[in-house]
Amino acid sequence: MFKILEPNKIFQITSKAPKYILFLFVIVLTIGLTEALILSPEDYKQSDAVRIMYVHVPSAWISLGIFSSITLLSISGFIFKNKNFFLIAKSLAPSGFVFNIIALVTGAIWGKPTWGTWWAWDARITSMLILALFFAMYLIAWRIYEKEEKVFKITSFITVIGIINVPIIKYSVDWWNTLHQPASINILTKSSIHSSMLFPLLLMTAAFALFSLLIFLMKYNTELIKIKNKGLDRL
Amino acid sequence: MYGRKVKLRFLYVTLILVTLILTVYLVLKSLEENVVYFQSPTEIKTLSELDKNKIRVGGMVKKNSININSDEVNFIITDFKNEINVSYSGAVPNLFAEEKGVVAEGFLKDRNFFSATKILAKHDENYMPPEVKEALEEK
Repeated sequence: MFKILEPNKIFQITSKAPKYILFLFVIVLTIGLTEALILSPEDYKQSDAVRIMYVHVPSAWISLGIFSSITLLSISGFIFKNKNFFLIAKSLAPSGFVFNIIALVTGAIWGKPTWGTWWAWDARITSMLILALFFAMYLIAWRIYEKEEKVFKITSFITVIGIINVPIIKYSVDWWNTLHQPASINILTKSSIHSSMLFPLLLMTAAFALFSLLIFLMKYNTELIKIKNKGLDRL
Repeated sequence: MYGRKVKLRFLYVTLILVTLILTVYLVLKSLEENVVYFQSPTEIKTLSELDKNKIRVGGMVKKNSININSDEVNFIITDFKNEINVSYSGAVPNLFAEEKGVVAEGFLKDRNFFSATKILAKHDENYMPPEVKEALEEK
């Protein structure tokens, strides 16, 4: 279905969208940060250290979501031989990588005052590091290989191998003893996070998602301009 | 509705994924001992022979078991089935407290005694304001 769309038509929408997204992002981030840093209560046990959660958890969620998306897009692109899917995946990856790094760094900053260590080789943290390596491999592959056919195949392969890691990250805290605490938010059962803290968490997630969308649109526009400059009117 | 090539490519990706999942599953199953970050006191009790290497023991700090001397902290780690005595000299993390999670890194003296070189606090997945915690405790 994407084959019918001309890059010019997509570009008309995607080139205008960023300013609205940016506007929305600034608003949501402002409310989110105010809620997270000032209005939300401190934790009964961790006191103010809990506020790192409002950056740490959304970053981890977004990076996992983006990796799953680029895998799905790459596989679909490979099966249906659709170039556009690969370009969307390529444009999504950088923000996923950045949020992955943010999750690791804020995790370390949170770990020092609460656990007493910056880093632990437990299953959750190590698997998250592996995800960052897969993101790095994916991004580097796009830079190394010039030929389209080749880069599509290699990046798909990286995502297919990397996606195995995603459920391992999710369930590592349930399958094995880890230093990292289990998930607080469950869809099926009651969340073990108080509503006054859940609200800023969701706001920050929305803000980060908007930021990813913004970066994605900018990257994607660049790709479309590249295609236009090559004189191709179809994807 | 889709071409033969499309179906073949779909099958190809599915096969790669299934193979990878099975391989990773087998690898992780066989590495289970190394994937876990710590062992519970029960697992220590059932060890066939004492591990001379550095290991980690985790569980809850038993109620009223913390004993702080001038240069040593003694406490008991329990998983509510078995317990192990831990001695440690040094600073403990802020979240280290009775009836809270803890991971001790160090060496086993025997099945009941553990000499820690490092103490990590393990916190749980519950987040709530202090007032809510108090209200819960009053119930």
